[in-house]
Amino acid sequence: MKTPGVTVKPIILLDGVHEVNEIHFEDVEVPVENLVGEEGKGWTYGKVLLQHERANIAGVARSRYRVRRLRAQVERSVRGAAPMASDKNFMRRLAAVEVELKALEYTELRTLAAVASGKAPGPESSILKIKGTEIQQAIDALYLKAAGYYALPYVPEQYEPDFDDEAVGEARESQSSLRYFNNRKASIYGGSNEIQKNIIAKHVLGL
Amino acid sequence: MDFSLNEVQEMLADSIDKFIENEYAFDTRQKYAASESGYSDAVWNTFAELGWTAVPFSEADGGFDGDQRDIMVVMQCFGRGLIVEPYLANVVLAGGVLKRVASAEQRERWLHPIIGGELQASLAFAEPQARYDLADVATTASENRDGWILNGNKGFVLNGGTADLIIVPARTAGEQSDSKGITLFAVSANADGVSLNAYPTVDGLRAAELTLDGVRVDSDCVLGDVGNGLAALDAAVDDATLAVCAEAVGIMQVLKDKTVEYSKSRTQFGVPIGSFQALQHRMVDMLTACEQAQSLLLWAAMTCAAEDDQAKRAISSLKYLVSTSGQTLGEEAVQLHGGMGVTWDLDVAHYFKRLTAIGQLFGDADWHLDKLAA
Repeated sequence: MKTPGVTVKPIILLDGVHEVNEIHFEDVEVPVENLVGEEGKGWTYGKVLLQHERANIAGVARSRYRVRRLRAQVERSVRGAAPMASDKNFMRRLAAVEVELKALEYTELRTLAAVASGKAPGPESSILKIKGTEIQQAIDALYLKAAGYYALPYVPEQYEPDFDDEAVGEARESQSSLRYFNNRKASIYGGSNEIQKNIIAKHVLGL
Repeated sequence: MDFSLNEVQEMLADSIDKFIENEYAFDTRQKYAASESGYSDAVWNTFAELGWTAVPFSEADGGFDGDQRDIMVVMQCFGRGLIVEPYLANVVLAGGVLKRVASAEQRERWLHPIIGGELQASLAFAEPQARYDLADVATTASENRDGWILNGNKGFVLNGGTADLIIVPARTAGEQSDSKGITLFAVSANADGVSLNAYPTVDGLRAAELTLDGVRVDSDCVLGDVGNGLAALDAAVDDATLAVCAEAVGIMQVLKDKTVEYSKSRTQFGVPIGSFQALQHRMVDMLTACEQAQSLLLWAAMTCAAEDDQAKRAISSLKYLVSTSGQTLGEEAVQLHGGMGVTWDLDVAHYFKRLTAIGQLFGDADWHLDKLAA
């Protein structure tokens, strides 16, 4: 990345965070021995790697952890008058997400069983990506809902370890909106969910 | 039925649209949002000069004699322009309480300067533990020889950090969630014992946590009857709910238009993405959501202006729709913009964030659906 002709420009995401960049290549010279694999085969390699990436984006374990933590949060019911755990609307939504998540967990286990028997994850990994990101975003929306007004303060510095001022709300509450905004990317990256549906239509259904 | 705007409303909408077009480009908005106070004093003066701060007040108070329909017109335009100036806090919330219960002297002292654009005020409608329940008031006021002493905490006071005056509901009788026993007090932000922890909000606006520690308030700062403050608080918040829904409908229309425009110019596989049927149908859904929201907005504004007994139902219906289909529309606008849609530099992300914040304000979808189902 230090080669002359490579320039990196930061891109700030909608929650104010810098985690991606634009990279421009202008007449960048790369020695022949740096060629990875065979010339002209890059997209073929890429497609295989992307199938692994998709299975990874599904993030089942992370979603399980986040659902568990959310349950604990609403059962602690820090906000007194109407504790979320007694809010039937909310608990039904949470239960519905858990159903979807359990199904996805077993879909993923079936994929892994196939991989263990020597197969690469096939186009079915697109299902993991679509459902996995939909579930993540549904969980994001539940955290947002649970926080009420305290989803809305924008005080990113209060999550830093050296912050010693008076915090607004509980840390997880105001982080909920930032997480919700930031994670809209999940249905866009790794090949957007629309592209995944194209892949399934073409390669699985043969349309 | 005639759904067209009247002549005065047409002029109002025209003048706001022109102001936004000429003086309130997105970059300018971002500059104001990032400034110390979070908005522009010069813009606020313009609002006052053009009479926008006078819209919902009676002629006797120096206002326009407008009602909820006129507020709808203003806020829908403000939504399109993504305005950050504290119109909601000042005119709709604080002004909404004062115009209903303030005495002649109190109107002179606080309402007229709000209309003139000289006083910044807000309403502390929420407490940290209360979620969306306006009657959940743990802040107390006790009477003594010289007046009242206030103690307690208020959360999410819109523009609280720049307000000169904050209207504080406090409990003077009853239990924490009783509808009786709430009294409204006009509290100077400079009073001893008032502390404000102000912060930006995710939509580029401002709010504050308010702590009242033995704050002394004179008897002439009680707004309306002692113990009967909930009605005015509730009415002002109803107006504000309608106002943010109108703002949301303006935002939804912008997001829909921007998405359609983008889909015509962004090419993939050699053609504009707008030529894909899968995406076309989703944009049709966005259009349908806009039209449905616009229809319910008109019904709600007319119902409120007529003081019809369906008014509360209309507001909850509208808020439910905006918090559900509006939120989905925002998510779709971001999704259809692809990677661009999640970047800070694109205005779409900021419209989406404001729409999300409105979704939570004054009760989310479930809160209002519960009211409708009750």
